[in-house]
Amino acid sequence: MTVTDLVPYEDALAAYDPVMGLEVHVELGTKTKMFCGCATTLGAEPNAQTCPTCLGLPGSLPVVNATGVESAIKIGLALNCTIADWCRFARKNYFYPDMPKNFQTSQYDEPIAFDGYLDVQLEDGEVFRVHIERAHMEEDTGKSTHIGGATGRIHGARHSLLDYNRAGIPLIEIVTKPIVGAGERAPEVAKAYVAELRELIKALGVSEARMEMGQMRCDVNLSLMPKGTEEFGTRSETKNVNSLRSVERAARFEIQRHAAVLSSGGKIVQETRHFHEDDGSTTPGRIKEEAEDYRYFPEPDLVPVAPSREWVEELRAGLPELPRVRRNRLREEWGVSELDMQAILNAGAVDLIVATTDAGADAASARKWWMGELARRANEDGVELGALPITPEQVARVAALVADGSLNDKLARQVIEGVLAGEGDPDTVVEKRGLKVVSDEGALGTAVDEAIAANAAIADKIRGGKVAAAGALVGAVMKATRGQADAARVRELILEKLGVEG
Amino acid sequence: MPGITREEVAHLARLARLELKDEELDHFAGQLDDIIGAVARVSEVAGQDVPPTSHPLPLTNVMRPDEVRPSLTPEQALSGAPAQEQQRFKVPQILGEE
Repeated sequence: MTVTDLVPYEDALAAYDPVMGLEVHVELGTKTKMFCGCATTLGAEPNAQTCPTCLGLPGSLPVVNATGVESAIKIGLALNCTIADWCRFARKNYFYPDMPKNFQTSQYDEPIAFDGYLDVQLEDGEVFRVHIERAHMEEDTGKSTHIGGATGRIHGARHSLLDYNRAGIPLIEIVTKPIVGAGERAPEVAKAYVAELRELIKALGVSEARMEMGQMRCDVNLSLMPKGTEEFGTRSETKNVNSLRSVERAARFEIQRHAAVLSSGGKIVQETRHFHEDDGSTTPGRIKEEAEDYRYFPEPDLVPVAPSREWVEELRAGLPELPRVRRNRLREEWGVSELDMQAILNAGAVDLIVATTDAGADAASARKWWMGELARRANEDGVELGALPITPEQVARVAALVADGSLNDKLARQVIEGVLAGEGDPDTVVEKRGLKVVSDEGALGTAVDEAIAANAAIADKIRGGKVAAAGALVGAVMKATRGQADAARVRELILEKLGVEG
Repeated sequence: MPGITREEVAHLARLARLELKDEELDHFAGQLDDIIGAVARVSEVAGQDVPPTSHPLPLTNVMRPDEVRPSLTPEQALSGAPAQEQQRFKVPQILGEE
């Protein structure tokens, strides 16, 4: 294996401007395939969700899924695109067994949506507008298993096995216009764009857009042009970059690789490249020119799609609040900084905090619990925040118990621990573990008296005006009551008994 | 002048994985050129006011509701497969040795 030469990132950016194009495929969450009524259920046994149409058997005829078209229009509208008033499907012909028809039904020069944009917000709050070339409808391919080669790779395989359950599942391909002017922030823009697109798709309810499940996949096209010039260089196309972090890494790697080739007088080969999750590198795939001869022609088995303007306007009126707008609204409502909001978003906590405030908690405590104790636990356990076995309602109940003085923060953490351990809802955990703030003034008074008696020297200091020393006595009382006292009330009692103003 | 060259026919044959002998290429290149020439005459007749047609029926928006219909069983789906393994279609090596 040859080692790829790389130029340090800063050096690459000092000499060249990157130009990117991002192609994202989104698998729609429809119940059936794009052109036939086969189910799209995940995890079905091999070839249990196929029919003559998606197997490409002679005499079968496709009919387009109305929900698939509707989803495509919604995505187009949310991306500020023009929706075609008339468009057709096209056959993309290629010789590869992942499509039993020997072509993929796609759209070619008449996409259903075109000329839009998506505003993406970078971590420091800067907004970058990514222009959208088109969004078109097509179908997914079958799943290949390569037998006989090393680690399931197609190279060296003796033969391959095909499961066509996925063949025909609706895909929307979203293609950006060339992204120029992002400079050193290009990898960050790429990541932010895919992240924003994923949020958008989820908000529209057209797909769960889970990248780890292959429901959303990204190709990163990249080229460099020498600074001060305007002619795009030859691009490489890195395929199937399937996590947000990988999108950023792939763009960064390609910038460094292209710069190394170009600055040593070499030429970039137009080719597809494979991304490797383990080390963040890319390696060459097939040479593109050979593969690109798809001989597109209009699909004769499907009639044109001509969405009425009434339908389009109806769908436009039903669009949800867009994610970036919603995030900015919530950020203001919650009174947090751009950076904090970004952290909340990255932690997957936005909807959880909203649900917790909907269940009655104030935003500050909802945020405190989700981004503090719970985020720490999720991180420790290596799970998504939303996968923790605690509901927003339960978190809201803990917050309510703190607010009414029944729990202090320390006890609340124990309650949360109990809920996560499956001991029941917060009230049950409080009951079972006997976690209540000691509010019996008599018992608390005794504990305070004992602490003063045991720490005479500190007590004298406090009497002498060193109010800050009261902390040590508060600590002693909290220890004596096993943390079940209201620290603020303890401090009041200590100062009261020592005759000092707080 | 529309038409198709022998090189283009050879290229298309390769894309379609058809192995054509030299004399077959000569033969088909001539025939296909004649056919394309004949079809091209249509565009001499059609004026600017005649839109291209990809479908003979004046229909649009034929769609079906997103409702599941029964699929074939895996046995039925695989019944026409020349070879199968692990309830999947078995196909020959896709990429040759490189």
